[in-house]
Amino acid sequence: MPIQQLRHLRLSRSGQHCGRGTLITFERVTKRYDKRNRPALQDISVDVQPGEFVFLVGASGSGKSTFLRLILREEKATAGKVIVAGRNVGSLSRWKVPGLRRGMGAVFQDFRLLQSKTVYQNVAFTLQVLGRKNSQIERAVPEVLDLVGLADKMQRYPDQLSGGEQQRVAIARAFVNRPPLLLADEPTGNLDPATSVGIMKLLDRINRVGTTVLMATHDAAIVDQMRKRVVELEAGRLMRDEARGVYGQDHQP
Amino acid sequence: MRLRFIFSETFQGLRRNLTMTFAVIITVAVSLTLFGAGLLVRAQVDSMKDYWYDRVEVSIFLCGANSDAPSCSLGAVTPEVRGQIEAELNSLRPLVQEVYYESRDEAYQHFLEQFKDSPITQNVTAEALPESFRVKLSDPTKYEVIAAAFAGRPGVEQVQDQRQLLDRFFRLLNGLQLIALSVAVAMLVVTALLVINTIRVAAHSRRREVGIMRLVGASNFMIRMPFLLEAAVSAAIGGLIAVGAIVAGKVFLIDKVIAPSYQFTAFVGWEQVLWILPIVFLTGIVIAAIAAALTLRRYLKV
Repeated sequence: MPIQQLRHLRLSRSGQHCGRGTLITFERVTKRYDKRNRPALQDISVDVQPGEFVFLVGASGSGKSTFLRLILREEKATAGKVIVAGRNVGSLSRWKVPGLRRGMGAVFQDFRLLQSKTVYQNVAFTLQVLGRKNSQIERAVPEVLDLVGLADKMQRYPDQLSGGEQQRVAIARAFVNRPPLLLADEPTGNLDPATSVGIMKLLDRINRVGTTVLMATHDAAIVDQMRKRVVELEAGRLMRDEARGVYGQDHQP
Repeated sequence: MRLRFIFSETFQGLRRNLTMTFAVIITVAVSLTLFGAGLLVRAQVDSMKDYWYDRVEVSIFLCGANSDAPSCSLGAVTPEVRGQIEAELNSLRPLVQEVYYESRDEAYQHFLEQFKDSPITQNVTAEALPESFRVKLSDPTKYEVIAAAFAGRPGVEQVQDQRQLLDRFFRLLNGLQLIALSVAVAMLVVTALLVINTIRVAAHSRRREVGIMRLVGASNFMIRMPFLLEAAVSAAIGGLIAVGAIVAGKVFLIDKVIAPSYQFTAFVGWEQVLWILPIVFLTGIVIAAIAAALTLRRYLKV
């Protein structure tokens, strides 16, 4: 079973790396949580190519998190299509959802680490629930912890780490499976500016090895510094989609 | 690897939820023991029916010197009348399969045999016992034919169908069985509710783990299996206790206490007990697993 899964994973990954087309497509997507309020997202159309680094910006409640949740299939679009790696996410049958999520890593503002497990165990957990072999886990976990710069803190518990270190563990956990797509929802929201820079450098490094990164944020300084593609949402509508953009209109040179 | 992970999650869950685990084990054990007891009473009734229906007879008691039934107003039955009755019984073949005459002396011998340990034998003489015809029918349900022909006829004191006596006894046993089984069903419902609640609590206390498992793409199987196994393991332990209780009941209650004091009939044998045990054991696991699966569908969606 694991072998079969691995082969399947490799196939779908290589498919994306060959540039078989866009990685994420939003086709006139509307998401409405209930009838009385305005939609969380309204008529959004966006394409993301493999290997891109995209900032999703906007005020709280603008629909950034909903955007990510639609990709993760935590929610289904009310209208329109969300296509990830050629799969229509909305019409995916329920038993195929885990397969979809294996192709993406996700990082959140609140880290979401298991307090009762060490750094090593937190990262290994991902591979364990996917049914990987022990030998594979023992190889992959130190490797990814080395990548995020925590090789010397593998046996610590989350509460013995700083916020920035905890977020690195979360990134290691999201990336240990080497997914072609990394989603980050306000990953620097709980961190001070200096620590945030370190996290952004790490995400940039992950992006450079070919992983597509889609990051929701309202941290203007970071967006301005990175000069990556910016997709701005406001009250559920797409306001702007610029390559090498900055955070707000008033920042424009 | 996958299995070892699932098992380690399962036992962690069992340990963390120890009080609930015990509650489930105990309710499962009690309900399954009752369930098994109900099934055993049923098996007992069946085996007694098999045993007795082969042996039941219609007894035609003849008038003795002291009989005070109206049909006995002429005093004790004469050999002539007795011969007539016998001839008529023989004419009723093939419904009448066998007829034999039991004299006072034979009745007395049987009586002494049956009550050999009882002081009552000292007060009874052969004169006090009636002579009778014992009739075995090819179809025991057609007792009415014999009753119509002989009841109330001069020289016949009473026609008695042993089957009716037995049926009254079996109705009592069936009542007991019904009570045991209804209590068992109620307990099984309680067990199911308890399992549902246990899983809800467990799912809530592990929501972070479950959230992360969903996020990294763990399959439903991987997420739900530990919960399902938790319920199944608790139910299996409870089931083993119930199996032990039933076996103990057979050994210590039936074989050591009841059977020696009531030797006139057969009691449930080991082959019937061994047939009941797996039913009891699997019922517990299946009920717990179904309750768990239904709860998980609601609380642990992808």
